[in-house]
Amino acid sequence: MAIFHGLSGKLTAVVNKMRGKTRVSEQDIKEMMREIRLALLEADVNFQVVKDLIADISERSKGSEVMESLTPGQQIVKIVNEALIDILGRTTSKLAVSPSGFTVIMLYGLQGAGKTTTAAKLALLLKKRGKKPMLTSVDVHRPAAARQLEILAAQAGVPCFIQPEEPLAAEIAARAVDRARYMLCDTLIVDTAGRMTIDREMMQELKSIARVTNPTEKLLIVDAMIGQEAVNVALSFDQEVGLDGFIMTKLDGDARGGAALSIRRMTGKPIKLICVGEKLEDIEEFYPDRLASRILGMGDVLSLIEKATAALDEKKAKESLEKIRKNQFSLEDMLDQFEQVKKMGSLKDVMNKLPGMGGKIDIDQVDDRAVDRSLAIIRSMTLRERRNHNLLNASRRKRIAAGSGTTVQEVNRLVRRFEETQKMMKRFSGMSGKMGKKGMRPSGGGFPF
Amino acid sequence: MGILNSFKRGLQKTRDFVTEGFNRIAANMGFFDEDMLDDLEMLLIQADVGIAAAGSIMDEIRDEIKKVGDISQEAVLQTLERSMLAVLGQPRHLNIEEGTLTIILLVGVNGTGKTTTAGKLCARYKKTGYNVLLGAADTFRAAAIEQLSHWGEMTGTPVIAHQAGSDPAAVVFDAIQAAKARKTDILILDTAGRLHNKQNLMDELMKIRRIIRREAPDASCQTLLVIDATTGQNAVSQTKFFREASDVTGLVITKLDGNAKGGVVLAVAHETGMPIMLAGLGEGVEDLVDFDSTTFVHSLLPDSDPV
Repeated sequence: MAIFHGLSGKLTAVVNKMRGKTRVSEQDIKEMMREIRLALLEADVNFQVVKDLIADISERSKGSEVMESLTPGQQIVKIVNEALIDILGRTTSKLAVSPSGFTVIMLYGLQGAGKTTTAAKLALLLKKRGKKPMLTSVDVHRPAAARQLEILAAQAGVPCFIQPEEPLAAEIAARAVDRARYMLCDTLIVDTAGRMTIDREMMQELKSIARVTNPTEKLLIVDAMIGQEAVNVALSFDQEVGLDGFIMTKLDGDARGGAALSIRRMTGKPIKLICVGEKLEDIEEFYPDRLASRILGMGDVLSLIEKATAALDEKKAKESLEKIRKNQFSLEDMLDQFEQVKKMGSLKDVMNKLPGMGGKIDIDQVDDRAVDRSLAIIRSMTLRERRNHNLLNASRRKRIAAGSGTTVQEVNRLVRRFEETQKMMKRFSGMSGKMGKKGMRPSGGGFPF
Repeated sequence: MGILNSFKRGLQKTRDFVTEGFNRIAANMGFFDEDMLDDLEMLLIQADVGIAAAGSIMDEIRDEIKKVGDISQEAVLQTLERSMLAVLGQPRHLNIEEGTLTIILLVGVNGTGKTTTAGKLCARYKKTGYNVLLGAADTFRAAAIEQLSHWGEMTGTPVIAHQAGSDPAAVVFDAIQAAKARKTDILILDTAGRLHNKQNLMDELMKIRRIIRREAPDASCQTLLVIDATTGQNAVSQTKFFREASDVTGLVITKLDGNAKGGVVLAVAHETGMPIMLAGLGEGVEDLVDFDSTTFVHSLLPDSDPV
């Protein structure tokens, strides 16, 4: 099972130590639990949740399945993954719609969690789904917060109601409801000011906003980078104003997002959506299995596959597969592959999503510009050169280096890599009689760089 | 004394948490056995101190116990305090050189409070009589320029800004020229929030840093990384990446007064050795103060008898 191969490097180390043993001892399991505990704490999963989880996992691991398995490490990883998914929920949770036909969604959270941006993203998402949303900002505290929402709303093409001169948040909220109904909108998204849960006055304000708007969904916006305090924040908001679910933001960063697990476990409330980028379109449904993999550092294989399928041009892929079979893989095809890789996003992003890459490659060392340089080199070749790399003599290489802003050494390196890839492809094509029919992708043999 | 009090007040919640926890662990016996030391370690981890820093602090406590044999609450507390201070390292404050331009560049991930910190720093230096200029190099986030301009109006400080969506490096260039022409003492540059794993955005930051170096070679440039105290272990990764891209001089820890337990300060200091220069302890203009590690550690831990 590729997906479970190499859980965050750490577990692999424990498993490696056990290699050769036919049976797992209690001691081995204990050591693995220690590693899992550390991995979860590193991912900012709440300490209490970690404790419960470990108890749960060790209980499940004691069964004969692990003890008698030939691959106990993988068995445990599987158990951990399942335990996490159990907590995160088996299914995706949809946004509630009010039976009255007028839905109010109130967003709240700590300062800087990304409420305003999320409000606009949510509005765009609903609009795309055929709803008629309206945005309002009742943030009377942060300078220019209302203006920020107004600009984002215009970008999303969604009406926005703001009153920057009005000092009372609840007043604006009440008027926004009236306006939204008057304009025959079916959803009102209320963006509130960021607040700390220990700030009594601000919590009162939030209550009064909730009172006048009577929200169908009260959603907490949580930064994926938040630490151990996440649970207390969620519990306090739940206690004071009520909580229907949460949206996790900034998941495009490198934070593991362990808080999602903690909040889900301690409040029992579902994750409704996740935000994965700076563009307004970057809001997605939440898939528990993917986040579980991320928390464990196993890579988000599913998202990657989805991205790859969206980016890969089927026809082109088939063409190059055909070429490999006929042994005609050329620099031109390599150029195609580079372009396809680039479509999947940044290399670091791709590497991060690959399982088992975590430990093996220092992500810091991955240079996205390397692909750009390779692209530039191939593009500086003539069509004939691309089709027949044997033409590339010293003077041609010099010209290519100058044309692509690189050095002859870099050109040489690329050609060498191409030749290696070609050789590999030849071997690959020898087997393709057996495997090709199963729809193996040509780049499956490893990226040629 | 004033700073000490505001620090203590700001950290009240954290203080209650650690102090209560510490006293609870030691309550029955007045001394520490191995299990209680484990509890203490967990207490630190719950405060976001992180596994590495908490482990190193606990090692020191265990070593000390082995060496001296004193497992009293008082002794453990003293070692804890000492090793926390050691983790935080020598205090370093934001240095304003007289007679030359000082450029303060604020960087960080999204939503940590860079613009607010820019505004508060501006208010602080205006009050002490410096000639300050603000540069709105966050041209990406909607209304970021307006937000900074608001601070400019409030403090009577000119703001150099371009249109939204323009090249931030160009804003920096213009701001430096303006600072030179006006003989400004301190130029404060607000930049867009960026996630540290996005190479293109980090490149943009490097470009800004290059322009400062080229256009104001004689100026003293202080790059401050703004970190939200509510952040978990990701703060370590943030510090490492930003340090590489923009020669970070020190850290600003914001929102230390609120829900945060603030232990991340120790995690970052332990893993990166970066000095913490400023702390945000509230919404008020005057609530941005010089970070003082002794006070910080003191306000976290229960009062111990002065040695």
